[in-house]
Amino acid sequence: MAGEASLLEILAWGDQGWSRPLLVGLGVTVACASLGYVLGVGLGFALALAKLGRNRWVAAAANAYTTVVRGVPPLLVIFLLFFGTNGALMWIAGGFGYNGYIEVDAFTVGVMAVTLVSASYSSEVFRGAHATIPGGQFEAFAALGLRSLAGLCLVIMPQMFRYALPGLGNVWIMAIKETTLLSVISLAELMRVVGLAGRTTGQPFFFYGVAAVVYLVLVAASSRAFVAAERRMRWG
Amino acid sequence: MDFETTLRVLTELAGAIWVTLALAAATLPLGFVLAALATWARASRHRVARMIAVAYVTAFRSTPLLVQIFVLYYGLSQFAWLRESPAWIVLKDPFACAVVAMSLCTGAYTAEVMRGGLAAVPKGAVEAARALGLSPLKVLFLVTVPIAVRRALPAYSNEIVVTLKATSLASTITVMELTGVAKDLMSQTFAVIEVFCMVAAIYLAINTILIMLLRALELRLTPLHERPKPQRTARVARPNAAL
Repeated sequence: MAGEASLLEILAWGDQGWSRPLLVGLGVTVACASLGYVLGVGLGFALALAKLGRNRWVAAAANAYTTVVRGVPPLLVIFLLFFGTNGALMWIAGGFGYNGYIEVDAFTVGVMAVTLVSASYSSEVFRGAHATIPGGQFEAFAALGLRSLAGLCLVIMPQMFRYALPGLGNVWIMAIKETTLLSVISLAELMRVVGLAGRTTGQPFFFYGVAAVVYLVLVAASSRAFVAAERRMRWG
Repeated sequence: MDFETTLRVLTELAGAIWVTLALAAATLPLGFVLAALATWARASRHRVARMIAVAYVTAFRSTPLLVQIFVLYYGLSQFAWLRESPAWIVLKDPFACAVVAMSLCTGAYTAEVMRGGLAAVPKGAVEAARALGLSPLKVLFLVTVPIAVRRALPAYSNEIVVTLKATSLASTITVMELTGVAKDLMSQTFAVIEVFCMVAAIYLAINTILIMLLRALELRLTPLHERPKPQRTARVARPNAAL
C-alpha cells in the first residue's frame, strides 16, 4: 500500500521526519513527570508528617489540602496555576516596584501541577503505610531508648516505604498520565507534539495511536519496575 | 471581584454543572455495562473472549484518558469511509464522543472493581448454596452477586468520583462543562482564585453528596449483624486491633 511508504517517510529521522520531535516530546513528558513526582512525593511525605503530628491546626490544614486537590479535576489545578502564577508573581514584583509583564513558562507550571497533585495522593499513601505499622513498634523503640526522631528514621520509615511502595507506584503512573493534560497549556510534551504532527501530516489517527502505544509501554515498564522493587524489599 | 462579575460567574457555572452531571450520568451506566461484559468475558470458557477482555482492560487502564478521547474524536475523523458511515452521528458530536471514550475507560477500571468484589466472595458460601441444591443461576443472583456488590461498593464509589473528575477532559474537545467554563472565566475576569474556589466547592459538594448516598446504600445492603457498631465502641476498639 502507498500509505505505508508514506508513513515511513513521515517517521523518518531528520528535518522532514517526525521521529526527532516525538522523542523530544517524550523527553519533556518524562522530565516533567519525574521532576514533579520527586518533588510531589517529598511534599507528600511532609504533608503526611503534618497529618500525623501533634499540632491540630497543621493537621487540619494538611487534610483540607488533600481533600481539595483530590476532589477537583487535575485539569482545574493546571488552569489555576497557569492563569494564577503569572498574576501572583506580577503582584509580588509590583510590590518591589517592577511593573513589567512576567510569564512563567509552561514547563514550570506543568512541574508544579504534577507536584501538587502527586503530593496530595502520596501523603495519603504514606499515612496508610504508617497506619499499618503495629503500635508495639513505637513502644519497642522507646523502650530501647531511641528518641522519637531516631526511632522514626531507623524503625518506622524503612517499614513505611516498604508498605508505601505499591501506592507510590500508582502515584507515578498517575503523574505520567497527568502530563498529557499539560498539552492544553501548550507545553510541548508528547501529546502536544503528536497533535501537531497529526494536523500537519493529516494522519491524526496514526500519531495518536503512536502516543497510545508509547504511554502503554511507559506504564507497563513502570509497573513492572515497581513490582520488582517490591519483591526486592520483601522480608526474608 | 465586583457584584456584576460575581453574578455572571455564578450563572455561567450553574449552567455548566448540568453539563458535568449529564456527562457523568451518561458515562457511568454505559461504563457499568461494559465492565459487566468484560467481567463476564474474562470468566468465559472461550479463550478468545478471555483474551479480548484482558486486552481491553489492560489497554484502557494503561493509556491516559486524554489519548483515548483524542483518538476517538480527532483520530477517527481522518477516515473518509467512517465519515460516511452511520457511526459518524456519534463521532462528529463531541459530547457523544466524550461519553463513549470515558465509558470505555471507566468500564475497564470498573471491571477490575468487579473482579475484586467477586474474589472477595467466600468459597464456602457458594458451596453451601450449591449443596442446598440451588441452580447455578440462582447461586449467582442470590449468593455471589449480593455479596460481591457489597464488597465492591467502596471501590466503585471511588471510581464514580474519578469519573466525575474525568468529565473535565471533555472540555478539551469543546464540551463546555464546569472546568472548561472555569478556564474561560479565569482568562476573562482575571479573578483566578475566586473562580477556582467556586468551582472546587461545586466539585467537592457533588463528591460529598455522591459519597454519602453510596455509604447509605452500602449500609442498607449490609446485613444487621455485620453493620459497624456505633462510633464510641469502635474508637475504643481500634488500638487493640492495631496490636
